[in-house]
Amino acid sequence: MACKKRVIPGFSLSLGVTVIYLGLIIMIPLAALFLKAAGVGPAEWWEILTTRRVLQAAKLTFGASAAAAMVSVVLGLLVTWVLVRYEFPGKRLLDGMVDLPFALPTAVAGITLTQIYAPNGWIGIHLEKLGIQAAYNSLGVFIALTFIGFPFVVRTVQPVMEDLGKDIEEAAATLGADRWTVFWRVILPMLTPALVTGFALAFARAIGEYGSVIFISGNLPMKTEILPLLIVSQLEQFKYGAASVIAAAMLTVSFLLLLLINLLQRRMDWQHR
Amino acid sequence: MSISIQSLRKSFGSYTALDDLSLEVPDGSLTALLGPSGSGKTTLLRIVAGLEFADPGSGRIAFHGEDVSAIPAGKRGVGFVFQHYALFRHMTVAQNIAFGLSVAPRSSRLQAEEIRRRVMELLKLVKLDGLEGRRPHELSGGQRQRVALARALAIRPKVLLLDEPFGALDAQVRKDLRRWLRVFHDEIGLTTLFVTHDQEEALELADQVVVMRNARIEQVGNPQTVYDQPRTPFVYEFLGNVNKLGFGNDTRYVRPHEIEVLFAAEFDPSTDSLAQVHHLFSAGPVATLTAKLHDGQFLDIELSRRQLAELSLSVGDEVAVRPLVAERVR
Repeated sequence: MACKKRVIPGFSLSLGVTVIYLGLIIMIPLAALFLKAAGVGPAEWWEILTTRRVLQAAKLTFGASAAAAMVSVVLGLLVTWVLVRYEFPGKRLLDGMVDLPFALPTAVAGITLTQIYAPNGWIGIHLEKLGIQAAYNSLGVFIALTFIGFPFVVRTVQPVMEDLGKDIEEAAATLGADRWTVFWRVILPMLTPALVTGFALAFARAIGEYGSVIFISGNLPMKTEILPLLIVSQLEQFKYGAASVIAAAMLTVSFLLLLLINLLQRRMDWQHR
Repeated sequence: MSISIQSLRKSFGSYTALDDLSLEVPDGSLTALLGPSGSGKTTLLRIVAGLEFADPGSGRIAFHGEDVSAIPAGKRGVGFVFQHYALFRHMTVAQNIAFGLSVAPRSSRLQAEEIRRRVMELLKLVKLDGLEGRRPHELSGGQRQRVALARALAIRPKVLLLDEPFGALDAQVRKDLRRWLRVFHDEIGLTTLFVTHDQEEALELADQVVVMRNARIEQVGNPQTVYDQPRTPFVYEFLGNVNKLGFGNDTRYVRPHEIEVLFAAEFDPSTDSLAQVHHLFSAGPVATLTAKLHDGQFLDIELSRRQLAELSLSVGDEVAVRPLVAERVR
């Protein structure tokens, strides 16, 4: 491979950098994590992972992440639609605002969301009247995860939607399809691979999210404690083995889920088959 | 079905795309809308399709006498083919073609078996049988355009509208598909309106050529008429090569193949002009000779290579040039 003449030189150099980078930044730390976790015996593994506290935290983390990613897909699609399809004053500003959750320190996001959604906050006070509590419970976790997840959907779907020519819709319209049919049978299927990618990114980000969630969740063990927080609390009690076992298990599950989503996405992406 | 367009007006803000335009497209004809970009030809086609609407209160479009001006695209019964095919890339060829049939209202929708049969029929018609399971990205440009055509025909449209149908294709494919479309049109006899900016395409393909410029129609006629008897200087210059000669305030147009080249000894002052051979070019089916008139104007002349050989001219020789066709002066 490397000895073939190429237009742009430097294959070996760039491959070398890539391998070293991936090694130092990703592979070695992860290997260290699994090594640490391997130091714990299989029986103990099982014991750590099947405690109610861990199972509850896992349920909340994966459940809320999936739900938040799902909602992010719907919201993201809507926002993308508005950004791509319409011209209106302040469009660039709105477009820029989409990225704010990327840039904002997650702790700031968490504190702000808590302030607003807490029972005495701007929005929380009204939700309270309706009998809905939006902070210090799993709904709060879900809100925080939606906040950080939806830019991923917008940014993955946006270029694909921009690429969808107007003629596709017009073709469908001249063939007798009404707007609803055009959306469901033409536009949505064409966007689906991008939506799945957006879902995967939002989901992955949500699973690992820590900063914004710990403020709004209330962190009650068995109730509103997420896995990353559980890991931190194990570390604080110097239970390094348990922390690494939980982390390794979480990583494995996340990896498998993402792999599955990617395979699904590949299957759907008719362009790359 | 004939298409009748009466005093159509269309503006986008302060820009006028169509200015009080009327046109008759005879039943079963293949009519070309020809013009440079910005002449309004695509806008006209889109208004006929119902993808765009004329300015309120202006004009009328009728198919076979029936006013369709207010009917939206989906109910107008037009087959529309886009320059860049606009195929649904997540669907197979068969699904693309069947789309119009499968989205029809439940009450008038065909049985699945009947849809399948018609798709197969159309595939055969556009010579793509066997490719029904492919997806658009697995097809060549010419094949994609034929899928788009089959998809448009599936709904049994009253008229067929093609927007620069060969615009995105290679020269060779373009030529083949053009010829194929002509034969195809003669077979199915569907009234067809197509937009092009390629004069050769319009002249070779169409029964009727509509030359457009600046939101108006310059001339309508069969290819022979618009080529041989252009009504305006624009049509003269737009359809094929032409020599434009100025004599004072007078401008004359003469096509390169309508000039005879004679030895200077045969000069006839009543019809001819004397000129000097300025350049010779004979690498092609016809030879081109550029002559320089005594007043300094250049004249491109096309003649057969045999004629050129018989004259055995070289650059700098004096010749007599004689326009073969009665001069057309505007």
